[in-house]
Amino acid sequence: MNENRLVIITGAIMGFLGVFLVFLGNAPNYGICVACFIRDIAGGLGLHRAEVVQYIRPEISGFILGSFIIALVAGEFRARGGSSPLLRFILGFIVLVGALIFLGCPLRMVLRLAAGDLNALVGLGGFIVGVYAGIIFLHRGFSLGRNYPLGSSSGYVIPLFALGLLLLVIIRPAFIFFSESGPGSLYAPILASLLAGLVVGVLVQRSRLCMGGGIRDTFLIKDLHLLYGTLALFVVALVSNLAFGYFNLGFADQPIAHTEGVWNFTGMLVVGFGSVLLGGCPIRQVIMSGEGDTDAGLTFLGMLTGAAFMHNFGLAASPAGVPVNGKIAVVVALIALVVIAVSNSTVSVPSGASKEVPSGVQK
Amino acid sequence: MSDEIVTIDARGKLCPEPVVLTRKAMNSLSGGMLVLVDSPVAKENVSRLATKQGYKVTVDEVNGEYKINIAP
Repeated sequence: MNENRLVIITGAIMGFLGVFLVFLGNAPNYGICVACFIRDIAGGLGLHRAEVVQYIRPEISGFILGSFIIALVAGEFRARGGSSPLLRFILGFIVLVGALIFLGCPLRMVLRLAAGDLNALVGLGGFIVGVYAGIIFLHRGFSLGRNYPLGSSSGYVIPLFALGLLLLVIIRPAFIFFSESGPGSLYAPILASLLAGLVVGVLVQRSRLCMGGGIRDTFLIKDLHLLYGTLALFVVALVSNLAFGYFNLGFADQPIAHTEGVWNFTGMLVVGFGSVLLGGCPIRQVIMSGEGDTDAGLTFLGMLTGAAFMHNFGLAASPAGVPVNGKIAVVVALIALVVIAVSNSTVSVPSGASKEVPSGVQK
Repeated sequence: MSDEIVTIDARGKLCPEPVVLTRKAMNSLSGGMLVLVDSPVAKENVSRLATKQGYKVTVDEVNGEYKINIAP
């Protein structure tokens, strides 16, 4: 099937780029990580002062602009918004809390796994449980409400923001922060990062690939087609890691990772749960923000804010482990997710679909 | 009841909501349904679900909105 082929090609290219960007200079197992990149951007803008994670990652601008351009070309750019914007902002914030406890978004989780980091397997367990928790609420009628068409200028805001970020990292004005050590100091050449980002942005916009969506649809409607993309990503990243000599199987001494299993599990549980409530994992949100979805744009800004808070207050995990306050933060995040999920579910109405639209019944 | 065509208005809803609504309708009805969506992603996902479930699917596009006719 053509659709499957596009998803598989997208996953395969992302799997290769996720390793190749490390070869070109990105930190280990850090070729593509939406959560980490957003965190680094927050640092680069000075929204937090964790000196080791400050760099305005051009990949993120590439994702957004790639999606924006191809959506325009394909006639899919539509400015829209109004589906519980503030809740989506908060959900974006929460997803980043979980991601910075685990140290990675679902995409980096797969890339870490493909490099032999078994902590990511624990994270995957949490992610699957989180996705399943989200599905329970989908069955109970969870909805953040519909969106509405907006004037197209609203849809240009996030792509322009992405362009602005790109200019900042190219021009390097004095008020922008650049890490001198740590993961933030390790990056591929700007042009390579941007091109990789653009390619991923175009492919993900066209294929709708989503790490959370693959697992969600497998449970929800027994549809494996998105999951094929995730599997392709894993396989190609695994082969690439073996080829480049980056593969190292085990729990200990994995790059930019910690071994606290309970918190790796809980962090990704929060990411999975939050991603299902949002309708997509972090990369999907970034891509949709490029297509004119202002709710996804607010989710992106929520993720940026969440990253800033996590590092401002010393809550984020590091290879040394998870700080006590970080553990409290992720538990609070989980409770907040349950509250949001419960309060936006219509509680089990068995025939929700037909009940919701009686006006449309016609012969 | 079984011969009625139910309209499901999923316009403005992000995936997977249109799919969940369609799936619920499929479980509780034996007839056809008309699903209204306004995003290409929702159109693809609902169409894919219906096709996989063995329904006949036709789509009409009007002004950026899609009418997905799902017939048994």
